[in-house]
Amino acid sequence: MEELKNPKAKLSIEVSESDFEKEEVMEPTRREFLKLCAASAAGLGISQLYIPQVLRALERAAVSNPPVIWIQGAGDNGCLVSLLNTTHPTIAEVLFKIISLQYNPTIMAGAGKMAISHLDTVSEKTKGNFILVVEGAIPTKDGGIYCTIGQKNGKHITMLEAVKDLGPKAKAIIALGACATHGGIPAGKPNPTGAKGVRDVLGKAAPIINIPGCPAHPDWFVGTLVHLLMYGLPELDDQARPKMFFADSIHQNCPNYSYYMEGQFASKFGEKGCLIQLGCKGPMTYSDCPLRRWNSGVEWCIGAGAPCIGCCSLGFPDEVSPFYVSLPKELWPEKQTELA
Amino acid sequence: MAGRKIVIDPVTRIEGHLGIEVEVAQGRVIDARSMGTLFRGFELILKGRDPRDAPHLTQRICGVCSASHGLAASYNLDNAFGVTPPDNARIIRNLVVGANYIHSHILHFYHLSALDYVRGPDTAPFIPRYKGDYRLPKDVNDACVAHYLEALKMRMLPHQMRALFAGKAPHHVGFVPGGVTQKPTVDKITGFLWRLRKVQDFINNTYVPDAMAIASAYSDYKKIGLGHKNLLAYGTFDLDSTGKNKLFKRGRYIGGKLLDVDAAKITEDVKYSWYEDKTSGKNPTEGVTEPQPHKPDAYSWVKAPRYDGLPYEVGPLARMWINGDYKQGISVIDRHITRALETQKIANALEGWLMQLKLNEPIWTECSVPESADGCGMVEAPRGALGHWVRIRNHKIENYQCVVPSTWNTSPRDDKGIRGPMEQALIDTPVADPDNPIEVLRVVRSFDPCLACAVHLIKPNGRMKKFRVV
Repeated sequence: MEELKNPKAKLSIEVSESDFEKEEVMEPTRREFLKLCAASAAGLGISQLYIPQVLRALERAAVSNPPVIWIQGAGDNGCLVSLLNTTHPTIAEVLFKIISLQYNPTIMAGAGKMAISHLDTVSEKTKGNFILVVEGAIPTKDGGIYCTIGQKNGKHITMLEAVKDLGPKAKAIIALGACATHGGIPAGKPNPTGAKGVRDVLGKAAPIINIPGCPAHPDWFVGTLVHLLMYGLPELDDQARPKMFFADSIHQNCPNYSYYMEGQFASKFGEKGCLIQLGCKGPMTYSDCPLRRWNSGVEWCIGAGAPCIGCCSLGFPDEVSPFYVSLPKELWPEKQTELA
Repeated sequence: MAGRKIVIDPVTRIEGHLGIEVEVAQGRVIDARSMGTLFRGFELILKGRDPRDAPHLTQRICGVCSASHGLAASYNLDNAFGVTPPDNARIIRNLVVGANYIHSHILHFYHLSALDYVRGPDTAPFIPRYKGDYRLPKDVNDACVAHYLEALKMRMLPHQMRALFAGKAPHHVGFVPGGVTQKPTVDKITGFLWRLRKVQDFINNTYVPDAMAIASAYSDYKKIGLGHKNLLAYGTFDLDSTGKNKLFKRGRYIGGKLLDVDAAKITEDVKYSWYEDKTSGKNPTEGVTEPQPHKPDAYSWVKAPRYDGLPYEVGPLARMWINGDYKQGISVIDRHITRALETQKIANALEGWLMQLKLNEPIWTECSVPESADGCGMVEAPRGALGHWVRIRNHKIENYQCVVPSTWNTSPRDDKGIRGPMEQALIDTPVADPDNPIEVLRVVRSFDPCLACAVHLIKPNGRMKKFRVV
């Protein structure tokens, strides 16, 4: 953790390609692939004039991007799907220019024994230097048997074992999304599988960054990742959330804030006004959704006339539901007197 | 048995946690088992909650096809609340879910399954990979790799389209019992339309031709992965408020005949699943689940849904076949081709629906949670027939059940010992190299399995027993 606070800490690690199993034939080569990246970019509107520059830039890209290991527990892969929606950089740029994604069950080519042995190899070879991303909750009841992520020597590997094994070997751990930060829906009452977040499994001393949300916004993940790589550990609050994204409540920055102040409340869907009577949990939910908006900024929940369901709250879902029942009046934010 | 056992666990490039076990003799699969390895207990978590929370919570069953769970839950609640949403709401729901189909199918073809046919570059996450017969000519292979990257960008557009009308994706807000939360506005209609045109260009000129190119280079896979050849679709995309006219018809296909669907004939067997035998063979509306993890011979958390006692395959091939849009065959290749053609069909339909929106007409029919009611919502998700059932008592969810597409497709054997659709489709698959069983995964991924969806625990009124997965 101390090392991470030093902005000069370098997370990048040389991983030679020969470290990984390769076949005799090596086509297309990395160089050709980078050309393809450029060609594809050209097809999407980059002027032909820029291709040589783009190509040179891509070719300069290091073959040794920082290794990332991404494991998935009790969840729905929604945070990964959300990350695919990152705009600047695109996911292709994240994957090929910023990091080296060595393990991710949803994306990786290999499967079965090959995948598990690759996980073992990479986590040993880059021990202390890889970033671990945990998506999904960790069932802990009955030894964690409710979620297994693969088999080794004929034995099922539980998510609990995987987190306990990989966590201490990682340079930093990103707990991505509600399930990984605090258990999320799998931990909803009655929490049938004893689902927990990463911090509850590895302890507060571990170098964990919590990125809440169901799902997490791609900018929160990419921003945190880039901060780690360029400036070291971002400033975190007492719940290990990066302050740069989660310092203010949704209510504070809501475009309906003035309606709240004026006492104009929507009582039906489609009506103008603050949505608090329809159940909005914006006052108790901390994230920059109103400013950042979703899916390349096209819209966000309250913008679509729907009350915030508090999915970025660390109490999601139990502490922010029922979603369509108004917060009790005593929890409504105080109306500030106008500035003199 | 004489065969050599091959275990593939985890099966990667799918949604969720799946293991596959096959036995190979004389270079062919002679037996197969499909094993779900994650259990979250969604129905237990839903119990006792406000019914209106179900569209949000059930979307989190699956991060890829969440929109369809949102739709099934909304239909389910509309039905239980006794409310008919206005036309605008029906159309907006179709637009949101239709856009999500496009995202899901592009993602499946390029990012989940293409690497079984296209040799990726030698960099993570494309290595390590199985050795295999990657057959595409170099120029076509390279073009497909470029399209893999282009598709990463293209699939963002339908998610933006979904967000325009429903707030965000994945996991949108905006679907409520009785309708939707937002009136259509001209900027949203325009933004949706122009994104649709761009993604249509990609579907027509890149996705469909790439699917055809792979079909032609791997034409032997038209005779691999056949399965039981029984097809089932609940139908989806209502074209009017009667619920009877749909873009995809309801029906089933068996023994060369097209027949009707009666939901009462759906049952779930559990002889080979980790549940008590006495709970076997019940209709989902009265299903009882008692986990029994030490049961000999059981091997999956997925139950075995059957229609009139028989296994059925669900998904794009079933929908297109039953609708009369496709009759060429049932195989690995036909699953990929129908998924591509269906994407085209839905994209074409979206434009027409968009033009039917009326700017100042209602979007919501007022309604409230009934004291006591039962509901049912049967729709199609990208991966096939999806049903949600609810029982409301004292204004709360007493029981909520989902029977999802991948429960049909990835089911284990039923009480009669008949294999599930994907297991059966694996039989006779040639395996050239048991250490690199790429052929097995080509069959598995042609179903686009979604295991987070498939594993459920349905337990309306019993007590939870201690159980253990081995």
